[in-house]
Amino acid sequence: MTTHQGFGAAVSDVTTMIDRSVRLTRRNVDTLFVSILLPLLMMALFVYVFGGAINTGTQYINYVVPGILLLTTGYGAANTAMAVADDMTTGMIDRLRSLPIRSFAVLTGHVAASVARNAVSTAIVILAALAMGFRPNAGPVDWLAAIGLLLLYVIAMSWLAAALGVIARSVESASTLSFFMLFLPYLSSAFVRTETMPAFLRPISRHQPITSVIESVRSFLTGTPLGSNGWIALAWCAGLLIFSISLATVLFRRRTTR
Amino acid sequence: MIVEATGLRKSYGAVEVLRGIDLAVKEGSVLALLGPNGAGKTTIVRILTTLTRPDAGVVTIAGYDVVREPTKVRGVISLTGQYAAVDDNQTGRENLVMVGKLMHLGRAAANRRADELLERFDLTAAMNRRAKTYSGGMMRRLDLAMSLVARPRVIFLDEPTTGLDPSSRLTMWDAIGELVRDGTTILLTTQYLEEADRLADRIVLLDDGRITASGTADALKSQVGGERIELYFADDLTARNAFELLGGHTDSQLLNLPSDGSAGHLLHVLDELRDKALTPARVSSHRPTLDDVFLTLTASPPSKTTSPQTSSREGASREGASRESASPENASPENAASESASSQTAVPTA
Repeated sequence: MTTHQGFGAAVSDVTTMIDRSVRLTRRNVDTLFVSILLPLLMMALFVYVFGGAINTGTQYINYVVPGILLLTTGYGAANTAMAVADDMTTGMIDRLRSLPIRSFAVLTGHVAASVARNAVSTAIVILAALAMGFRPNAGPVDWLAAIGLLLLYVIAMSWLAAALGVIARSVESASTLSFFMLFLPYLSSAFVRTETMPAFLRPISRHQPITSVIESVRSFLTGTPLGSNGWIALAWCAGLLIFSISLATVLFRRRTTR
Repeated sequence: MIVEATGLRKSYGAVEVLRGIDLAVKEGSVLALLGPNGAGKTTIVRILTTLTRPDAGVVTIAGYDVVREPTKVRGVISLTGQYAAVDDNQTGRENLVMVGKLMHLGRAAANRRADELLERFDLTAAMNRRAKTYSGGMMRRLDLAMSLVARPRVIFLDEPTTGLDPSSRLTMWDAIGELVRDGTTILLTTQYLEEADRLADRIVLLDDGRITASGTADALKSQVGGERIELYFADDLTARNAFELLGGHTDSQLLNLPSDGSAGHLLHVLDELRDKALTPARVSSHRPTLDDVFLTLTASPPSKTTSPQTSSREGASREGASRESASPENASPENAASESASSQTAVPTA
C-alpha cells in the first residue's frame, strides 16, 4: 500500500475535493439559482422601490451596488455552511476521513467551491447592475483593487461559513446559524448612510467589518473618499480569515475525533 | 493477527460505552460483532478505523497503531458505515472515480477500477445516473464498491444490511461472500443473528460494552445447550409416563429430551416408547439457534431456574418446530432466556 505524503498528494486531494464540491454545487440547481436570484431581487427592490425615498447624495444605484455585492456573498456563505453540515451529519465525513487524505482537504474543497460560486454570482450581479444603470467611474487599477478586496472578503466569509457548518448539528441549523451573515449588511452603510441611524446604532454600524469593506469598494468603484477604510477593511478581512481558518480547523478536528 | 485490540475502553461523559474489549481477527477471516443497539459495536468500529480515539487500550491493524499511525492504517482498511456514504448528486461512476483519485490511483487507473467495480456490483446500467435515483439495495452496493476501490486488506462493515428488504439483503450477502473468497479480512457488526451465522467464522457477542461470549457459531450454540428432541403426546398422562421412562423435562403434553442429534438416538427413543405403547403424536428435533445464544447471554439470566416448563421455547427459536403450547407468558424474551439458561444444565445422553 502506498502512503500519501508530500505536497503533490495534498494538492491532488484538494483538487479532487474542489472538483467534487463544484460538481455538487452545479447540480444543486435550485439552491444555486436562489443564491443568485435573491441578491438580484434585493437590488431591484432597493433601486426601484426604496431607493427613491433614500437620499444618499448620489444616484441611489451607484450607492447601493457595493452593498448588494456583499449581500450576495452572504447568500453564498449560507450555502457553504449547509454543504459542510451535510457532509458532517451524513456518513460522508467518515468515508472521507477513513481515506488516507488530510482532513483539511475536505473543508478546502468546500471553501474553493464557495469562492467559485460567489465569483459567478458576483459577476452576474455586476452585469445586472450595469444594465440597471450602475455607472462606476473606476479605472483598471480601481477595479483590480475592488475585486481583490471582495475576493479576500469572500474567502474569509467562506471559511467562516465552513466553521459554522462544522458546528451545526444539522443542515437546517447550519442555515439558521448563517442567518447573521445575511443580516450584518443591513446594519452597515450598505443601504443607507450610517449618519441617518439612531445614535446608539451608529458606532456599531460604523465600525463593523462590513462597513469598511463596503466603503472601500464604493470608493474604488465610484470615487467616494477612501480615507482609512481601505486599510481597515484589509485588516478586518485578514483577521477574519485567520480566525475562521483556525476556528474551522480546530472545530473540525474536535468534531471528528470524539 | 491482522487486527488486534486489547483493553479498549471508551466513555462519553459519564457513560461507559466500552468496558475493556479484546479482539483478534485472523487474516482472511470474518469476525462478526453481534449485539443489541447500544452494546458498543459502532464505537469499536470507529476506534478500529481511526475515527475515534480510545480512552485506554491498544489497537493495531496490519501492525500499525491506530492512534499513532492513523494514515498508515487508513491505507489498508476501508469502512462501510451504517448509512450509505455516497454523494447523492454525483453519479455512481463519479462517486467511485472520486474515491479512486483520493486513494491516488491516478486518473486512468481510477476510471478502470470504477468500471470493474460497477460491473462486479451489477451497477453498470445505472452508472451514469445520480445516486439519489438508486434503490436502497443499489445504494448499499455502491457504498460497498466505494469501500473496495483500493483493494483494502481489512474491510469494516457497520450493519451492512440494516433496513434492506430480504432480496437486497441476499444480494449483499453474496457480495460479502465474494470478498471473503478473495481472501479479504472482514469485521462486521450486525443485530441479525442469521447474518452472523451465515457470514462469520467467529462471532463476538457484545452487551453493554463487554464481550459476553465469543467463538464459532457452533461453539456458541453448544454453550446454550445441545440438540433436543421434542415429543408431543395425545394427553398429559402419556407424556408423564414417557417422562418417567426417559427423563428429560415435561410440560403438559410435551416431553423435551436432550439429544446428540443423531438419527440413532431418535430411533432408540421411539423404540422404547413403542415397547411401552407410549407412541407420541408428533416429534421434532430442535437445534439451538443463535437467537437462543443471544437471548441467553445478553439478557441477564435469573440466578436460579426453578421452572419445570422447559419444553416450550417460544420466542427464542427459529428452527424449533413445536409451537403448539404457546402461551403469552412464555412468549416474552425474558422467559425464553430463562428457559434457554435452564437447558444449559441438561446433559445430552450421547
